[in-house]
Amino acid sequence: MLSRTAENIFWMARYIERAESTARLIQMGQRMAILPGPIHREEWRSVLRVTGCDGLIEGDRPVAEADIVHLLLLDEGNPSSIRACMLRARANGRAVRTALTQDMWEALNEDWRKLEHYDVASARRNLPELLDWVKTRASTFRGAAETGQIRNAGHDFLRIGGALERAEMTLRLLDVKYYVLLPETSVVGGARDHYQWTSVLHALSAARAYHHVYGGGDYTPWRIADLLILNAQFPRSLSFCFGQIAWHLDRLAQAHGRRTAAQATAAGLLSELRDRESGEIFEEGLHEFVQNALAITNRLSREIAQAYHFA
Amino acid sequence: MAFFEMTDQTGAVRPCYAEVRRWVEEVGIEGLNARLKEAETIFRRIGITFAVYGEGGDPERLIPFDLLPRIFSAAEWRVLDRGIRQRARALNAFLYDVYHRGEIIRAGIVPGELVYRNKAFLPEMIGFDPPGRVYSHIVGIDIIRTGEGGFQVLEDNCRTPSGVSYMLENREIMQRMFPELFGASRVAPVDSYPNDLLATLKEVAPAGAGSDPTVVVLTPGAFNSAYYEHSFLADLMGVELVEPMDLYVDGDKVWMKTTHGPKRVDVIYRRIDDDYIDPLAFRPDSMLGVPGLFGAYRAGGVTLCSAPGAGIADDKAIYLFVPEMIRFYLSEKPILENVPTWRCALPDECAYVLDHLGELVAKEVHGSGGYGMLIGPKATRAEIDAYAARIRADPADFIAQPTLDLSTVPVLGHHDIVGRHVDFRPYCLVGKQMRLAPGGLTRVALTEGSLVVNSSQGGGVKDTWVLDE
Repeated sequence: MLSRTAENIFWMARYIERAESTARLIQMGQRMAILPGPIHREEWRSVLRVTGCDGLIEGDRPVAEADIVHLLLLDEGNPSSIRACMLRARANGRAVRTALTQDMWEALNEDWRKLEHYDVASARRNLPELLDWVKTRASTFRGAAETGQIRNAGHDFLRIGGALERAEMTLRLLDVKYYVLLPETSVVGGARDHYQWTSVLHALSAARAYHHVYGGGDYTPWRIADLLILNAQFPRSLSFCFGQIAWHLDRLAQAHGRRTAAQATAAGLLSELRDRESGEIFEEGLHEFVQNALAITNRLSREIAQAYHFA
Repeated sequence: MAFFEMTDQTGAVRPCYAEVRRWVEEVGIEGLNARLKEAETIFRRIGITFAVYGEGGDPERLIPFDLLPRIFSAAEWRVLDRGIRQRARALNAFLYDVYHRGEIIRAGIVPGELVYRNKAFLPEMIGFDPPGRVYSHIVGIDIIRTGEGGFQVLEDNCRTPSGVSYMLENREIMQRMFPELFGASRVAPVDSYPNDLLATLKEVAPAGAGSDPTVVVLTPGAFNSAYYEHSFLADLMGVELVEPMDLYVDGDKVWMKTTHGPKRVDVIYRRIDDDYIDPLAFRPDSMLGVPGLFGAYRAGGVTLCSAPGAGIADDKAIYLFVPEMIRFYLSEKPILENVPTWRCALPDECAYVLDHLGELVAKEVHGSGGYGMLIGPKATRAEIDAYAARIRADPADFIAQPTLDLSTVPVLGHHDIVGRHVDFRPYCLVGKQMRLAPGGLTRVALTEGSLVVNSSQGGGVKDTWVLDE
């Protein structure tokens, strides 16, 4: 496989996953922002912060939903926006059309200019529909790959890109909670805290899974962290995503006849996760854990690029 | 009145169009228009587009598609098939000759300055023998018809003729939407084209390439207007679609960068112009090229299809001599004639052109895509005067042809079947063997009375049928 093809597939998968994750983030922000509370509202700013777009709005001004819709949904100039991600996913896909199935291409190609037709006001009026649309496009694309793509190196790069981005977003969502809580430590454990934690679960479509895994009952931060970080069965958990990454990296290494540094990195984090308990993570500090894990995903991305000559 | 391909002089439907005529009556114009919308949706969804970046509007446009096929009877195709192959042989013979002994020039048939001073002539190719002596591996010949039985060649394309993906996709979509129509007709299939192309490309691999040469399609990238076609052909041949940055030259061999490391490339079907393929050999400012590619080609490490310098054979000034080439190299009588053409380089002919510019179609010798031409009867006095001034300034740069009475084919209008002018481009593959799919690209001018069929000028396409006996 051409290195450029591998690179484009890897990033295409990341952009699609990122667009979906950003849609989920906005949904979570909306859910948190409707909660009655003190005037000092950090929910939307925390959403900006986890996408790395915090610098786009001056420090002291409150961030409003309209800002989010502009910056994270519509703004083609912001590389983290849903629109930019979807356009780049399609451009990457178009550059490697021969490596995609017809259905995968159609999923990228259908309605690809949709967001062009919206301004902030009309997008806000149609926000739930637009965010669902993003999630549906991502699902359709993944479904097309699942059922139609040959399980060759292209598929491995696709899955690795998707899983890496998903792991990263789960980590970032956990960090939202950190940013939201920080200024109001007094309410930890209160109704507001509880509501915010459940918002994280909702954003990841994880509320049902939570009840099944923990036999119903209360939401507790350490159980939620347990599900999102350590549970190897929940498909958006760090542990699950890294399991996928490690598996596909092994397949690639076998097909290419050599082991890579990326394999070691993925396996290293996996075994660390296996030995952990959620309580420990809280003792050490969730934020610190998340930041460390994010650094590992970054390193992994670089190591994959080096191993397959697209660095 | 232009010749209308669907009917004869008495107004009766010609036999080869009978089935389509019956189908139109059965489905009705409204029904067909509804189906056309469906077809366009399919084209859009699968992304068969024509990229036009930098002009605003939709950057990836659909080429308008017309549902009614253009049809050749078996007898008509026999003539075309022989004529096209003959022409492709002569053009390749000419290319070999001008880069070797130049016999046709010594014989006084083609003026030497037209060849040697031509921008498309590459002195770097003199004395070089491309594998199989083939220079132009895909010859696209633009053919028109001016009356019953009379086919004429409008232009030869020896470099990288585009549009063959439409031949295949138009057929695909027609078969998908109207299987019953194909059941009733005897339409020769064209779907062997990608296999034929791959076989042709493998046949011209360099001597050291081994039994299963590695073929790639080289594209300038996703922003090129024909990118869809490049990816489509690579896909159907099952070969890599590469961009210049994927290739490099080392030790007279060409390598592509893969996740496994470097892989040797034997044959490059390149869809990039000569000027841009190698910044070391040609334009140093080219951002596209692969440095050293031409050197590797000359050293026999890789085959470029088409060969650099093949453009000299499809230059509009050289076009005039193709019938002579057929007589000279093949000792045969040309089966397909040229359109009558005046060369402004000759003082007598130039004087005639300047006197009659209002009746003629004048073209730049090096122009393409319908740009830079003057259609006399449609032009204003001022436009004619301005064009005349350009011809006077550099006569050798221009040719002129009569305003041709191009035949018309049935096209689906809103309320009726209407006649629109067409041309036709078949694709002849030249390797060790010659291969020609029974069909090609039919381009149609969708504006009433218009003679311009280029997609860059708003022309459309339709499926082309060759009927079996």
